[in-house]
Amino acid sequence: MFDFLEDYDLLGAFWTTVQLALLSAVGSLIWGTLLAGMRVGPVPLMRGFGTAYVNIVRNIPLTVIILFTSLGLYQTLNVSLGADDVETVNFRLAVLGLIAYTSAFVCEALRSGINTVPVGQAEAARAIGLSFGQVLRLVVLPQAFRASVGPLTNVLIALTKNTTVAAAIGVAEAATLMKEMIENEAQLLLISAVIALGFVILTLPTGLILGWVGKKVAVKR
Amino acid sequence: MSSVLYDAQGPRAKRRNILYTVVFSAAALALLWWVFSTLNDKGQLEWVLWKPFFTGTEAWSTYIWPGLKNTLEAAAISMVIALPLGAVFGIARLSDHVWIRVPAAIVVEFFRAIPVLVLMIFGLALFAEYTDVSSDDRPLYAVVTGLVLYNASVLAEIVRAGILSLPRGQSEAAQAIGLRKNQVMRLILLPQAVTAMLPAIVSQLVVIVKDTALGGAVLTFSELLSSANTMSGYYGANVIASFTVVAVIYIGINFSLTSFASWLEGRLRRGKKSTGAVVGADAVAELAAPGEHEDVQKTT
Repeated sequence: MFDFLEDYDLLGAFWTTVQLALLSAVGSLIWGTLLAGMRVGPVPLMRGFGTAYVNIVRNIPLTVIILFTSLGLYQTLNVSLGADDVETVNFRLAVLGLIAYTSAFVCEALRSGINTVPVGQAEAARAIGLSFGQVLRLVVLPQAFRASVGPLTNVLIALTKNTTVAAAIGVAEAATLMKEMIENEAQLLLISAVIALGFVILTLPTGLILGWVGKKVAVKR
Repeated sequence: MSSVLYDAQGPRAKRRNILYTVVFSAAALALLWWVFSTLNDKGQLEWVLWKPFFTGTEAWSTYIWPGLKNTLEAAAISMVIALPLGAVFGIARLSDHVWIRVPAAIVVEFFRAIPVLVLMIFGLALFAEYTDVSSDDRPLYAVVTGLVLYNASVLAEIVRAGILSLPRGQSEAAQAIGLRKNQVMRLILLPQAVTAMLPAIVSQLVVIVKDTALGGAVLTFSELLSSANTMSGYYGANVIASFTVVAVIYIGINFSLTSFASWLEGRLRRGKKSTGAVVGADAVAELAAPGEHEDVQKTT
């Protein structure tokens, strides 16, 4: 009954899913932190940019962004991100799209974390003469990150599920494989169950473990 | 909060901020210039490619409007089906009976852990194999199936959070005047919970509208995004122009929904007639992820 699975690279597809998720997670964590810094910072222009970026990107479907990276960036403007073969190009474009989209949510998660830091902390930091950069880097962000583990976990889980959108530009990840298997095999329920199980295995433990970590590291107030 | 992070600026800080502004605008301008010149090189800024959207109504009436209609239709149908379903599962998770509570919890956790796209692909094959839905209608059915399965489970969590957000005194008072369990739920808790979770429901609608685009990209559902594809074929590869127009429409719809949700939330929080219990628009992101959330009760 499970024989047909041997004809397909199930683990390989899910490995691509994991790679997409991890690379995008790292990228969007960096870009999202920068955006959050801009959004709470003292420079009006950067504040405006951060707010505009988040509001625009959050309201565009991820599918539109991913499809645009392929049709617009690659096929029209010839941006190939330094890759030669189409498969690598699509993979990198998908990561770029996922980073652009997810960082808006990372920014919001961090901002909600910054809001949990009591006003007194920032006031005390300013009182001993720290500059904005130092206040953020030494006092506020370390506490904010600890409070943001919960919201960031949700972003990471959403990101893991969102990697399937890369199927729209033909990246060989789990959803692409699922489509392919359904077309070739008459085992709809079994195939769906296997793919679904794969995602449950990826997302549920992430939620449980990081949820536990989040509670551990959160600053008790 | 942001103002508490930095002092009123003295001369040095002001100079530094001006420096940052200059550097940042220079970087932004360089990026803009690169975008502009690349677009120009590829001839994507030719007026011919943008003309269909600004002169005449053909592009709007033949491509954009039908696509937008399908997007909104799929979103509306999904919401209408998912709401009652979500309410049933949300209430079931709060049941006193283990044999109702646990299966409901498993279903909700399962569908929250799976990508919508997987559910849609499953739906498409399901309708193709086991029903006689015509192949024209199948994408819509599949999109709605996927959206309903996923969003019903998220809405179930919203409903549960909404009911839990009410002060305990509400159900205690209801029990004290002798109402039965189902009366407490039906007459006291649900009506108030519905109000409390309105902002969350509206912002879930944004998620649904965005997810319909998956149907266009992967399932040949002719919605707004796929109309951008068709247009760029028809009007001579105006990919950039078509995508810009479509993205602006999405932003317009979703931004108004988001603003409406936060307006509702503010109104409910300030309201004097209610308990002030609210499931905020921001809670949606949390409730959409699988796993038990300790702070479901803190969403007030």
